[in-house]
Amino acid sequence: MTMSEGELAVAELHFVRDRAIAPQPPPASMTGALGWVRANLLSTPFNIALTVIVVALLAWVIPELAKFLVFDAVWSGADRDACREAVQHREIGACWPFVWERLPYFVYGSYPIPERWRVDAFFVMLALGIVWLLWLEAPRRDIGVVYCFVVLPIAAFILLHGFEAIGLPVVDTVLWGGMLVTIVVASVGIVVSLPLGILLALGRRSHMPTVRLFSTLFIEFVRGVPLITVLFMASVMLPLFVPERLEPDKLLRALIGIALFASAYMAEVVRAGLQAIPKGQFEGAMAVGLGYWPMMRLIVLPQALKITIPNIVNTYIGLFKDTTLVFIVGIFDFLRAVEVARIDPKWATPVTSTTGYAVAAMFYLAFCYGMSRYARAMEARLAAGEKR
Amino acid sequence: MSETSRIKPTKLNTAVAVELDRVNKWYGDFHVLRDIDLKVMGGERIVICGPSGSGKSTMIRCINRLEEHQKGRIVVDGVELTSDLKKIDEIRREVGMVFQHFNLFPHLTVMENCTLAPIWVRKMPKKDAEDIAMQYLRRVKIPEQASKYPGQLSGGQQQRVAIARALCMNPKIMLFDEPTSALDPEMVKEVLDTMVGLAEDGMTMLVVTHEMGFARQVANRIVFMDEGQIVEANAPEEFFAHPKHERTKLFLSQILR
Repeated sequence: MTMSEGELAVAELHFVRDRAIAPQPPPASMTGALGWVRANLLSTPFNIALTVIVVALLAWVIPELAKFLVFDAVWSGADRDACREAVQHREIGACWPFVWERLPYFVYGSYPIPERWRVDAFFVMLALGIVWLLWLEAPRRDIGVVYCFVVLPIAAFILLHGFEAIGLPVVDTVLWGGMLVTIVVASVGIVVSLPLGILLALGRRSHMPTVRLFSTLFIEFVRGVPLITVLFMASVMLPLFVPERLEPDKLLRALIGIALFASAYMAEVVRAGLQAIPKGQFEGAMAVGLGYWPMMRLIVLPQALKITIPNIVNTYIGLFKDTTLVFIVGIFDFLRAVEVARIDPKWATPVTSTTGYAVAAMFYLAFCYGMSRYARAMEARLAAGEKR
Repeated sequence: MSETSRIKPTKLNTAVAVELDRVNKWYGDFHVLRDIDLKVMGGERIVICGPSGSGKSTMIRCINRLEEHQKGRIVVDGVELTSDLKKIDEIRREVGMVFQHFNLFPHLTVMENCTLAPIWVRKMPKKDAEDIAMQYLRRVKIPEQASKYPGQLSGGQQQRVAIARALCMNPKIMLFDEPTSALDPEMVKEVLDTMVGLAEDGMTMLVVTHEMGFARQVANRIVFMDEGQIVEANAPEEFFAHPKHERTKLFLSQILR
């Protein structure tokens, strides 16, 4: 029997599912290591080309690095002879005995040897503070905050600078150096710049014209000059205006310069985050009766800072590396210590400079990469908390 | 909506809850509110409707000073709104608001959304605030969502949380700014039901909405606005049966199909 066209159309329109389709596992090409490689490394011709180039690059760099840093490296010796091809009659890589011998200098600079335990104590206290603050499940983080922002700065000052009354002789900051200076400068910059930056960012968005004007002028002025200029101003120009008796310490001046400089950048980073918060959040907070400061502290800043974590850390990483510029005003930071050590005639070999710079690179990389990883973990954690 | 389902008129207080007296507002050169006169008694439920851009949202946002008016007086619960920040905070404590887009705090749980203001504004102990929040979350029928984040809830649930959040401050007056306009159709009813419940308890309400069924059921008075003016205000039966003004007739013919 043949159906007419009308009947056919009716038959096709009418459909009732008689049994449900059960979910099935995805095809093997989508899962496992093979699936990952296909999806991430070989998905398009362009992607394949990139993969090949990157693999080739790694194959070229990694053996060279390993050869220099490990296989051809010299691991012990008393002076330059240990690291010279002419003496050793073999290819020479990194000269590690040089690093072992100068390591205390890299860490403490010219800090008097009998007093160096004070620097160690400071490092331990700082590490404790960092862990306490950054480890989100740590016990009593409220005390941790007080410790980090009140106890630690005071203790650090007493320990590092000295306090005659309790028998700690004063160590002039001229003698400070190496990682100590780098870490002190970076910590002060990091700790001061965020709160100050937040205040400047709020000020720049304030409805009060004088506050807004001051904040804008400060930010634009500081951002408009190079950091080196700020440091020069602080160390060369300031003494011309201030009586010698009141003249602040050279390191302190650099610290203030760097902290203010970083604050201006941080202010713009935070402002970007504030800009991204929808107006409805402000209105919701106002409508339940929150005043300006509670609204900012409880509603706006937590959200704004969360979305700016990548940029905040970016600024911190930049700041950490910018600390190397303090050598221009005669402060002995870590990089400067390496610079001085590498031209020491006792260790004068063709590989000494390279070794010194390799150490410097590892030091900065470790800190910056650490900050970066922590920020990524924080982002992932915050994202997981709120998304469905 | 049948006449039988109408809420019986609550006995109104003699106290004036909100008074707007010749209120004028401009956005730049644009005259958004023109000589608005409106007196809302305690326990009264006002529905405000009108075409978009007619100033209805702006008007209720002036009542808790999310918008500033330039001329005229606004008196809320006996306190006149001036630029005095103390008075603004005082009024905001007594006036709850529900927004079209909920404006919940996405970084806080439902419970924290509800307890934030009682703890920080009313200085209530956390435990008490949580008890009260739980009571209101039960009332809007989502106590089981207390520990979730707003992003995990549906639009209708979020809007009910927003209502609970406002109620936790124990406000005397509630403002609703198009509370169902951003919701999927199947979620409108759950929010409206919550609002009807509030009305039954005698809350003073000013509601901007296009839900005419809700207006018919709940409102003591319907205010129709157009071009920044109150064009017509009347009890719902009269308003729908015998609109007086041409603009009202046109508006009703467009939305009642």
